[in-house]
Amino acid sequence: MTLVKTSYNRRSFLKSSALAGGGMMLGFSWLASCKPSPEQLKSIPKEWFDINGFLKIADNGMVTIMSPNPEIGQNVKTAMPMIIAEELDIDWDDVTVEQAPLNTEIFTRQLAGGSQSIRHGWEALRMAGATARQMLIMAAATAWQVPASEITTKAGVITHEGSKNTAGYGEMASAAAAVDVPEEVPLKDAADFTIIGTDRKNVDGPKIVTGQPMFGLDIQEEGMLTAMIIHPPAFGMAYKSMDAEAVKAMPGIKDVFPIDVYPEGVEKQWSDGGGIAKLVAVVGESTWQCMQAKKALTVEWEVTSELQSSADHDEALTKLLNTKPKQAAREDGNVAKAFKNAAQVIERTYSAPFLAHNTMEPMNFFAHVTADEAKLRGPIQTPEFLEKTLVSVLDMPLEKIDIMMTRMGGGFGRRLYGHFGVEAAVISKKMQAPIKLVYTREDDMTQGTYRPSYKVRYKAGLDEKGSLIAWQVRGVGTNDDLVFENRFPAGAVDNYLAEKQLLETNVTTGAWRAPRSNFIAGAEQAFMDEVAELAKKDPIEFRLELFDRAINNPVGDPETNDYDPKRYAGVLKLVKEKADWTNGKKGNTARGVASYYCHNSYVAQVLDLTMDGDTPKIEKVWCAVDCGIVINPLSARNQIEGGIIDGIGHATYSQLTFKDGKPEQENFDTYNLIRNGQAPKEIETFFVDNGIDPTGLGEPSLPPVIGALANALYKSTGQRYYHQPFISERQVVG
Amino acid sequence: MANFNLKINGETQQLEVDPTTPMLWVLRDHLKLVGTKYGCGVAQCGACTIHLGDTAVRSCQLPISAVGDQEITTIEGLSENGDHPVQQAWIEEDVYQCGYCQAGQIMNASAFLKSNPNPTDAEIETAMNGNICRCGTYTRIKKAIKKAATSENA
Repeated sequence: MTLVKTSYNRRSFLKSSALAGGGMMLGFSWLASCKPSPEQLKSIPKEWFDINGFLKIADNGMVTIMSPNPEIGQNVKTAMPMIIAEELDIDWDDVTVEQAPLNTEIFTRQLAGGSQSIRHGWEALRMAGATARQMLIMAAATAWQVPASEITTKAGVITHEGSKNTAGYGEMASAAAAVDVPEEVPLKDAADFTIIGTDRKNVDGPKIVTGQPMFGLDIQEEGMLTAMIIHPPAFGMAYKSMDAEAVKAMPGIKDVFPIDVYPEGVEKQWSDGGGIAKLVAVVGESTWQCMQAKKALTVEWEVTSELQSSADHDEALTKLLNTKPKQAAREDGNVAKAFKNAAQVIERTYSAPFLAHNTMEPMNFFAHVTADEAKLRGPIQTPEFLEKTLVSVLDMPLEKIDIMMTRMGGGFGRRLYGHFGVEAAVISKKMQAPIKLVYTREDDMTQGTYRPSYKVRYKAGLDEKGSLIAWQVRGVGTNDDLVFENRFPAGAVDNYLAEKQLLETNVTTGAWRAPRSNFIAGAEQAFMDEVAELAKKDPIEFRLELFDRAINNPVGDPETNDYDPKRYAGVLKLVKEKADWTNGKKGNTARGVASYYCHNSYVAQVLDLTMDGDTPKIEKVWCAVDCGIVINPLSARNQIEGGIIDGIGHATYSQLTFKDGKPEQENFDTYNLIRNGQAPKEIETFFVDNGIDPTGLGEPSLPPVIGALANALYKSTGQRYYHQPFISERQVVG
Repeated sequence: MANFNLKINGETQQLEVDPTTPMLWVLRDHLKLVGTKYGCGVAQCGACTIHLGDTAVRSCQLPISAVGDQEITTIEGLSENGDHPVQQAWIEEDVYQCGYCQAGQIMNASAFLKSNPNPTDAEIETAMNGNICRCGTYTRIKKAIKKAATSENA
C-alpha cells in the first residue's frame, strides 16, 4: 500500500452532476444491453450517488464508471474503468461502463493518440478509484464510530473487524457522497490487484454482436437531414463554381451549396490540419438520395497549385535523398573516417508509398447548431481541439458547445483531424437543422491526411572482425522528415550520423498508426539483418552485442537516447527463447526476426512463413512485449495481434498512388487491404512481467513486424525486399 | 417511388421508396436498423452483409426492387437474445476491436456455417475473404468460427 496525495487533478474530485444523463438513465442503459435475469430486475437501483467525476455508486452497490477517453478499438473503454475498479475494490461484475462526454473541467487529455491513454491515465484513474474507496471508508467510520484506519474493504464490502460491522458500498454511497475529499489516499500494491492483469471481456461486446447503434454513422435524431460533401478531385485544385439548380430539384434534395469551412480569420487548431476549406455540400432526406445528387452534380474546379503524380514524388524524394542536409540531426564520432577504414561497407535504400487510413466507418459527424448552442455527436480522437475550433468558426462560447464522442469504427490517426466535425457544424448552421454528415468511401479515401511516402538510405561499416563501427541513416518524406535520430542504434555505435529532410507537397499528410515508425522500423530492421549477415553473425546475437554496448559502454550521453537498452534486449531474449530461435524452425518455413521501440513500449518478433507461389503464407508470429503492467491481457493481446496483421498487410499489399494530383485508388476494388486468408495462421504474445507503470499498445507491435516479414521473405526467396508494397498486384476478392 | 412489403427479421414492413435504393440504405435510413454497416458501397468489404433467405448477400448491391418476397435477416434478427452460436463464439473469443465490421463478419460466418457446418481452415479463409477487418482481428475471427462450428455440432 502506498499513500499518495490527491492534489493531482483535484478538480476531478469535486462533486459533479455535470455529466450527461441522470443516474437512473445510466442504470437502465446497463440493462438495455442484455436480457436481465430476475435477480437483476430485482436489483435495479433506486438512486445513484456521484462520488466523483469518474464514478457513481447506486444504493444497491452497482457502480457506473465513466470511461474518459475516446474509444477507437483500442479497448480503453474496458481497460480504463478496470483501473478505477481495481482501486475502488469492487467486483467487476457490478460495474457498468459509460463513455464520458467531453468535459475538460473533470477529465484531462480526452484524446486517443500516440498509444498514450493508459500511460497518461494511470495515475488519475487509480486516484479516482482510491479516493472513492477512502470516502466510503470514512462514511462507514462515522456511521460506526470507529477509526477509519481499522476498516477494510473487499470486492464492494466494507468491514470493521473489531465491531463486527459490515456494509455494502451501496449502503454507504449516500453518506460517502457527502464526505470531504480526503487529502491523502492509499493505493494498492500490485501484488494485491484482482482486476488489473486479468482477462476481462470488452464491455461493448454484447452490443457489437447484436448490431446495437453505437457509432457516429448510426445516429438518428428527430428531423435530422443527411449531408454529404464534394471535395476537389485532385490535390492542387480548388472549388470554382457550379450550376446546382437541376440537382436541387432531385427527389429528397433540400439544398446544394458551397461552404467555406475555415473562413479567413478563423483560429485553427493543429487537428484541423488536413481539412479542405472550400467544399460543396449536398443536403437531403436520405443517404441514397444525396449519393445520387452528388453523381449528378457538375462542379467546376480550378488548378491552384501543381498537380503532382507519384512519379513526381518519387523523383523529388530521390533528389532530396541524394542531397546532403546542411545540418546533421545527430553525429557521434567521425562517420566518414570510419567508412574509409572499414573492412566492409554496405549501403541500401528503402521506400514506401502513401497510405490511406481507411477506417471501416467512413468520416461522419452529427451536428445541430442553433443561434444559441451547438450539439455535436460523432467519432473524434481529439474532441477538445474540435471544440476549440468550433468556438472560433461558430463564434460561440465554449460552454455552449456540447460534444459527445461515439464509439469509433477505427481511428489509426485519421480521426485526430476533425475537419469533418467542423464541416458538419457549418452545414447544420446554414441549414438551421440537425444534420448527419456522411462521407462516401470514395470521399474518405481521396480526401487526404495520408501516411506520407518515404525513402531512407542506410550505410554501415564493419571492421575485419565483423564489428559495427559506423552507421549512417538519411531519411526523407513527403511533409515529414522520418528519422528518429536518438533511437537505436544511436548510442551503440562509435561513429553514427543521422540526417533528415522533408519534401513539401500539396498532398495532405498526417499521423497514421505509429507515425514514421510504421516505415522506418521495417527498413532499419531489414538493414540490420543484412549487416548481420555481412558480419557473418546470427541476427539476434548481432543486435544483442549492440545492446550490450549501449548498456555497458554507451556512446555519448545515454540520457540522450530515447530507449532503455536493457528492456530492449529483454524482449529480444524473450522472443528468442519462446520461438526457440536456434532450433525451432520447422520444415520448409523461413524465419525472420525484428525488434523495435516506440510509444514507450518494446517489442520483438519472430515470424515464420512459407511461400505459395509469389504469396507469403505467414505460419506464425511470436511476439514479446514490454509495456510494463498489462491492464487487460485479453485485449492487450488483441492489440498486438491487430498491429501485426495491420503491419504485414500494409507493407505487403497496400499503396495509394497519384496521377495529376488525383488519387488513383478510390475504393477497396483498387486499394488492397489485407484479407482473412492472408493473415498469420497463429500469433502468440508474451508480456514481460516487471511491474513498471503501464505504457501503450495501440501502435508498438505494427512497426517491427514489417522488418521480421522482410527478413523471413529473404530467407525464403533469396531476395531482399526494399520497396513497399512487397506485392503490389491486385488481389482477386472472392 | 414505389410501395414495398418486406419480410425483415420475421416482421412485415411496408414502405414507399425509390426502387433503386439498395437494401443497405433502406435498412439504415428508412427502417432504422443500423446494425448493417456501410463500408464501401461496391461489395468489396462485406460490412453490409445480410441474409436473403439462407444466403449471405451484400446489401449495398441489392436494390429493394430485387428482394420480392424473400425473407431478410439482419444482425438485429439473427437471434432473439443475441445468443446465436456465432454471436456467442464472438463474445467468448473477444474478437472485436473497433467492432464496426463485425456485424457483417457474423452474418457472413453464420450463413457460411449453415451451408458448411464442418469447415476446414482453408474453407473458412475463402469464405471470409470478402469481409475486411481493418483492425486485423482475422485470427480471432477464424477461432470463433471454429468454436461456433464445434458448438453447433455438439
